[in-house]
Amino acid sequence: MSDVTELIHHYLRHNKKFPHVFCAGCGHGIVLGSLIRSIHGLGLEKDDVCIVAGIGCSGRIAAYVDFNTVHTTHGRALTFATGIKMANPKLKVIAIMGDGDAFSIGGNHLIHAARRNIGVTALVLNNYIYGMTGGQCSATTPQGANTQTTPFGQMEKSFDLVDLTRAAGANGVYRGSVFHVNMLDRLVSTAIERPGFNLVEIISPCHTQYGRKNKYKTAVDMYSWLKHTCVKREKYEAMKPEDRKDKLPIGTFAEHDTKGLEELYADLRTSLCPQPTEAVEGSGK
Amino acid sequence: MPNHKKKNAKALFALGNEAVVEGALIAGCTFYAGYPITPSSEIMEVMAARLPRIPDGAFIQMEDEIASLGAVIGASLAGRKAMTATSGPGFSLMQENLGFACMTEVPLVIVNVMRGGPSTGLPTSPAQGDVQQARWGTHGDHPIIVLSASDVKECMEMTIQAFNFAEKYRTPVILLIDEITAHTRERIDVPGPEAFEIFNRSYPSVPPEWYKPYEDTMRGVSPMPPIGSGYRHHVTGLTHDVMGFPTQQPEEIKSLMERLFRKIDQFFPDIMLVEEYRTEDAEIGVIAYGSVARSAHLAIDMAREQGYKAGLLKLKTLFPFPKTYVDKLAHRCSRIIVPEMNMGQMSREVKRVASKTTSVRTINRIDGQIITPSQIYKSISQG
Ligand SMILES: Cc1ncc(C[n+]2csc(CCOP(=O)(O)OP(=O)(O)O)c2C)c(N)n1
Ligand code: SF4
Repeated sequence: MSDVTELIHHYLRHNKKFPHVFCAGCGHGIVLGSLIRSIHGLGLEKDDVCIVAGIGCSGRIAAYVDFNTVHTTHGRALTFATGIKMANPKLKVIAIMGDGDAFSIGGNHLIHAARRNIGVTALVLNNYIYGMTGGQCSATTPQGANTQTTPFGQMEKSFDLVDLTRAAGANGVYRGSVFHVNMLDRLVSTAIERPGFNLVEIISPCHTQYGRKNKYKTAVDMYSWLKHTCVKREKYEAMKPEDRKDKLPIGTFAEHDTKGLEELYADLRTSLCPQPTEAVEGSGK
Repeated sequence: MPNHKKKNAKALFALGNEAVVEGALIAGCTFYAGYPITPSSEIMEVMAARLPRIPDGAFIQMEDEIASLGAVIGASLAGRKAMTATSGPGFSLMQENLGFACMTEVPLVIVNVMRGGPSTGLPTSPAQGDVQQARWGTHGDHPIIVLSASDVKECMEMTIQAFNFAEKYRTPVILLIDEITAHTRERIDVPGPEAFEIFNRSYPSVPPEWYKPYEDTMRGVSPMPPIGSGYRHHVTGLTHDVMGFPTQQPEEIKSLMERLFRKIDQFFPDIMLVEEYRTEDAEIGVIAYGSVARSAHLAIDMAREQGYKAGLLKLKTLFPFPKTYVDKLAHRCSRIIVPEMNMGQMSREVKRVASKTTSVRTINRIDGQIITPSQIYKSISQG
């Protein structure tokens, strides 16, 4: 058996009624691969991982992988993840969300999760659009882009997910792309491993809804766009400002080692409880 | 044998809201997430102080009520007994996640200390305006358990009851309290936990490979392992099959939905809680809940003194609606009076059951004022 087949057998759910819902060429499948490789590479036990997902094409990833998986309400994945992490800090809690999920409807939860530095890894699959509901604009749709609800071009400005999350106080902020897979694997692994709140914005194209309306008709068009647009952060910073236009830096944007909220809370409990027991760390009973 | 009962018992001079916390902790609650709103905030404040002092305890103030219920669901999935408390506007924000909890059968308790409304309405005045919101606030078809409490002692007891039902039937349970009950201070005896029967959700006994997370069982309730215990499964608000995976098969949809209703329907006698006062020979029945039931209790005494054969049926469970008790009372009485601090949210249920047998009269108050014993007495005495 090849390594890939072995990974598939080990991590995908065979009792799930495949095929999956993703369009051929969708970036979300590549993220799924990266997630599995990262978890495998970190040597985590399946039972120690909890995947919490929002609603959207991105949210469907949860159903396919053999972990504890929770497919929540639209925009609220981080709130569920917060409860799970506070209840059982031993779990590696990974929240998978679309850009609409995390930054439009769930924007409030995102900045607060970052601010309170809860020990959750957030993977935001940014395709600049609402995929599942048929291509309406989201909070990341670039100005001027055409979508089902911006037939005359998006007039509003879009969020920079990295800037926003960094300003809100997250421990770790990263951006990767599904074209740069090796780097993506590294970023996702780092984000999962580190304490506190860590977010990886993953540029994951949707040719079906976004590309079709914005001159990237095929998946290949979208990937070659990614190839030419994304540049390593270090390289980007060395570029002349006029060359930076139309480029998107990827890599590491913030890294702090502050304790996660759940760790601070455990410390508080230890200081308050007369006889801390084994259970204090959260046995999840 | 040491007498634990004595050792753990204590007397408190507590607010209704504080008694809710006592009850929750006795029931085994170790997780609270919430957002402040009058008149429920004391529940949250006391939780913030108490939970970090107990092993495993966790408290978090979230950014809003949507987040609060999300966190509570997450904690319950991770194996905790978890709760939140709020008031009308916050309860509205929780409705979508409440539907999620019904669909995914997550045990949890929501306390709604009702305030006058609609909208931000009367934040510090008593009302009972969320009765139908509790029953029908979320979307789609689903059964739900809604309880109420009428005094401080009951705030403690009904909170324990709420956790017990939540765990036993794997369902969210809503406890409705009104501002009078929440903010009345009374002396109560708080016995140790051993004085109460406490239920815990059942844990699968089969090996993980055999476990079907939404399997039908004799009781219609499937065992529920905490996240991280080896029973990895998928939890989704989408209509799912017995393995928890989304389905659109009519047969699978039907069996899930029927089971959700059946696991509650089948146990009506266990769930529908009422208290009767002087109803044995009653000719005039009063049906009340919450603080209004206390006024009604006094009104019954006043009426009896004047020779009126009046009796009280106090509803402790509002939904499933205790129709068997109402029906019995209706057959006995020539008249039923339903006083409540809303425009008739419970009396419409009473009428549905009793209006064929007897006449149903209502007393409604929505001016932020209490319904007094004499107001109810007046209605009893005016033949
Ligand atoms: C409260 C609520 N509002 C709206 C929807 C409808 N809805 C489902 S998915 C979605 C957007 C998904 O977009 P995104 O999060 O960017 O994920 P993608 O599908 O692009 O991966 C919306 C609006 C919903 N399910 N719930
Ligand atoms: S609609 Fe877009 S985001 Fe959704 S599966 Fe298809 S390509 Fe992917």
